[in-house]
Amino acid sequence: MAEFEFETEGVVKKFMFLNRKAPYGTIYALEVLETVLISAAFDQEVALAFVDDGVYQIMKGCDTAATSGMKNFSKTYRALEGYDVEQLFVEKESMEARGLTEDDFIVDVQVVPASEMVALIAAQDVVISG
Amino acid sequence: MLHIVVKSPFERNALESCLRLAEPGSPILLIEDGVYGALDNTNVAPAVKSAMADHPMYALDADLKARGVADRVIDGIEVVDYEGFVDLVVDKGPSNTWL
Repeated sequence: MAEFEFETEGVVKKFMFLNRKAPYGTIYALEVLETVLISAAFDQEVALAFVDDGVYQIMKGCDTAATSGMKNFSKTYRALEGYDVEQLFVEKESMEARGLTEDDFIVDVQVVPASEMVALIAAQDVVISG
Repeated sequence: MLHIVVKSPFERNALESCLRLAEPGSPILLIEDGVYGALDNTNVAPAVKSAMADHPMYALDADLKARGVADRVIDGIEVVDYEGFVDLVVDKGPSNTWL
């Protein structure tokens, strides 16, 4: 029994959630977001990165009312601050490739070039992609 | 950090994004449909060969064989079995999966 017990109290790891999928076509974005909230509840150091179509997750003005029962989770990104999740990074190249600017996003983000995103990813203890 | 690519480069940009965002020196392992990125004489082979200057590249033998492409792998990509896969995760982790 004892060999399976681990001392985890106070262990804080750097988690990055690397979002690369658009929000409503597949379940990835919502599943990642729920995992983000769980990680934050365990007082881990959480960062979110939005790359490729992942940048579409934080578009202003998402309205799923006319779809059949699809939950609009856009506002959840604005609640992250309340969980002390304040490190939100957008890759500049992905944003610009889609004709977007910082003003299009529902939350405050740090826009970083790919070269900086490389270093951010490399510095993590855990990376969860979706 | 070990980067694992699991989707075909002809269907998605998983490999392309991995090559853009993986730190130089970090190993890249191609598994599942990701092994199509390990093949020579394709449209993506030049990009993979040039990335091999910065990244040790690996491909999973079982997935290559399952797809009938084990004899088409780019020279210099190391083909590993499941034990080799585990060794990479243990020695080079944490890992990040590109899907």
